[in-house]
Amino acid sequence: MIELEGVSKRYGGVYAVKNVSISIAKGQFVAVLGESGSGKTTLVKMINRLVEPDAGVVRIAGKDVRDEDVVALRRRIGYVIQHMGLLPHLTVMENVATVPRLLGWTEAAIRARVAELLALVGLANFGDRFPDQLSGGQRQRVGVARALAAKPEILILDEPLGALDPVTRLDLQRELKRIHKELGLTSVMVTHDMVEAFTLADRIAVMYRGELRQLASPHDLIATPSDDYVAKLVGLALQQAEVMRAL
Amino acid sequence: MTELLRGIPPLLAAHLELALVALILGAAISLPVAILVSRRPHLAEIAIAATSIVQTVPGLALLALMVPILSSIGAPPFGFWPALVALALYALLPILRNTVTGLRGVDAAAVEAATGMGMSPWQVMRLVQLPLAAPVIAAGVRTAAVWTVGAATLATPVGQACLGNYIFTGLQTRNFAMLLAGVMASAALALTLDAILAAFEAALASRHRGRAWIPVAALVVFVAVVVGVLPRAITAGDPIAVQASAAPVERDAVTHVRIGAKTFTEQYVLAELIRARLAASGITAELAQSLGSNVIFDALVRGNVDVYVDYTGTLWTNVMHRATNPPRWQVLAEIEGWLAHEHGVRSLGSLGFENTYAIAVRRQAAEQYGLSSLADLAHASQHMSLGADYEFLGRAEWAAVQRVYGVQFARSTTFDPALLYDAASRGEVDAISAFSSDGRIAANDLVVLADPRGALPPYDATILLGARVANDARVVCALAPLHVSVELMRQANAMVDRDKVSASDAAAWLLARIDAPRCP
Repeated sequence: MIELEGVSKRYGGVYAVKNVSISIAKGQFVAVLGESGSGKTTLVKMINRLVEPDAGVVRIAGKDVRDEDVVALRRRIGYVIQHMGLLPHLTVMENVATVPRLLGWTEAAIRARVAELLALVGLANFGDRFPDQLSGGQRQRVGVARALAAKPEILILDEPLGALDPVTRLDLQRELKRIHKELGLTSVMVTHDMVEAFTLADRIAVMYRGELRQLASPHDLIATPSDDYVAKLVGLALQQAEVMRAL
Repeated sequence: MTELLRGIPPLLAAHLELALVALILGAAISLPVAILVSRRPHLAEIAIAATSIVQTVPGLALLALMVPILSSIGAPPFGFWPALVALALYALLPILRNTVTGLRGVDAAAVEAATGMGMSPWQVMRLVQLPLAAPVIAAGVRTAAVWTVGAATLATPVGQACLGNYIFTGLQTRNFAMLLAGVMASAALALTLDAILAAFEAALASRHRGRAWIPVAALVVFVAVVVGVLPRAITAGDPIAVQASAAPVERDAVTHVRIGAKTFTEQYVLAELIRARLAASGITAELAQSLGSNVIFDALVRGNVDVYVDYTGTLWTNVMHRATNPPRWQVLAEIEGWLAHEHGVRSLGSLGFENTYAIAVRRQAAEQYGLSSLADLAHASQHMSLGADYEFLGRAEWAAVQRVYGVQFARSTTFDPALLYDAASRGEVDAISAFSSDGRIAANDLVVLADPRGALPPYDATILLGARVANDARVVCALAPLHVSVELMRQANAMVDRDKVSASDAAAWLLARIDAPRCP
């Protein structure tokens, strides 16, 4: 579904992403894991062309994304970011309706779709509220609903849960997993939280200083880390779990 | 008093119209520019710096500058247009700065999310950035509105009717009721606009943006009332005004003229005198008062004004740019020929008095130093201080006085002409640059020093007729025999300046003391 082939991006001579290749099958949930500055956000932004790679090719359904109109491409890809970027002057309903409206859907179709999505994310009665009348978790649900509004097949999530408290976060992780399955999405999620990656993803891409260190299922990552960095990362998570258990 | 208040609505209407059109023009220029430069910080800096420079030019100077600039590009340099351009320039900075600041202040996450969702750059601007920056932009428009209304009072000297007419005339004739009426009307206008735009800004900043139409509707109603309804309601009850505006314009005989006046008392009185003389011959007239000295001649040449009184010295140096100082009769004759040849303007000869620059001193100082002529100043001036109007110290007359008489004052200060005579009589300065026919010389007990060696050029008052009326028998007959002695002129000026008599009453007083023409 999504293929990144040998993509690189440099900012002022420094590689943010260096020669990364990842292939994501339809229906997969891939987590891109790394610390800040590892290039994980830059990598996923290449998919909806918010970042244009200096080298390499990005393909969606076999087609080079550069051959497609950038605006049309983005409207087919759901995009959720950490600070959600809800438009504060619009109601929840209007926020969710943004892309369908840009696509010129009929008012009735938009209304139906918005109601459906708000029900999906558990905010059925919140349509007339403004973003600043919602909690952080509720806002992030609206962000997800908005990303899904135009029935995209691909969902890109850039640290969508980073700013939430642990309980809300866990709730939303479960819901994301459910929605991903229910709608048959192909999802790519950027996170620096290992547990989150392990809980949600079918496969995890570990990024370090712009390079892809390992791309594997959670099980394989734990069982056969490809190098010291991945081993250390996995080791840390396991250590933390042990500490908790020992208490 | 009612007379005073009845004059306000037409000026208020003209004032609001001017300020509003300037504001709209300013916004129409600065908004697109701000949007274009908002993504390029360097260009934005340049644009803001450029408009800031405009802002540092004093309002009066900016308006006066527009006259030669518009004139040089062939645009109408008089009245509405120079005022509009200058005020629109004034409105640029607050709108430009606030729009750039507002757009930059928009949450980057909102912009990124919108872009990521598939909005084109223009859609991001229209649907996200502009709506989010709207309250800040509205605040800029509000600032610009208040500035524009305030600066519009300075449009009077370039020949645009506005509340400044009351302020300038009130200031020059020391009619403080008039001055206050003009100031208060302009302040009320600014405050009302400010309140309406504040409500608009608040509505945009709130969740209920839909309610922004309420202040917009209020603005429309306010403008409609001030510009459309009020002035008509006033003139409806005024048969003279109706008659004047309905006067038929014939091709041959002149039935209606526009009389110009500069910004001082004598000019107001003479304009009223001319009006009265024309009325006696059945010609209606309107006054264009408080025109800048540099503007009024242009206005005459272009036919915006048909008649006004100028002074030979002014025409000689400022209009004809001559540096010589020939005898009085020669100046008059040369001016008459030059005006007729160059501009088709007719000079009706000397009105009978001069209004020349003179040095006047306090009586106490005159007695203390034994002063009667400029020659006596050679020694005494070292111990004395001089007060001068804005231009005197830079003029050829002053250089001539210094050169011919060896005058050297210990200190010289610049005053507004309205305050100059008071400054002398209160002893803040010992001597001032005065106008020889000014009523305040007598009123403030000042002594005019004689000029035995003719350092100061002649300033004979003369009526000038524009091309349209220059050869009209009735106009010429009504005005050509006008003869006013300097004593009468001084007294009439003093009546206005000291006794608070209106300019038209002083003109009537004057008319009763001069010979009436016998016109067919």
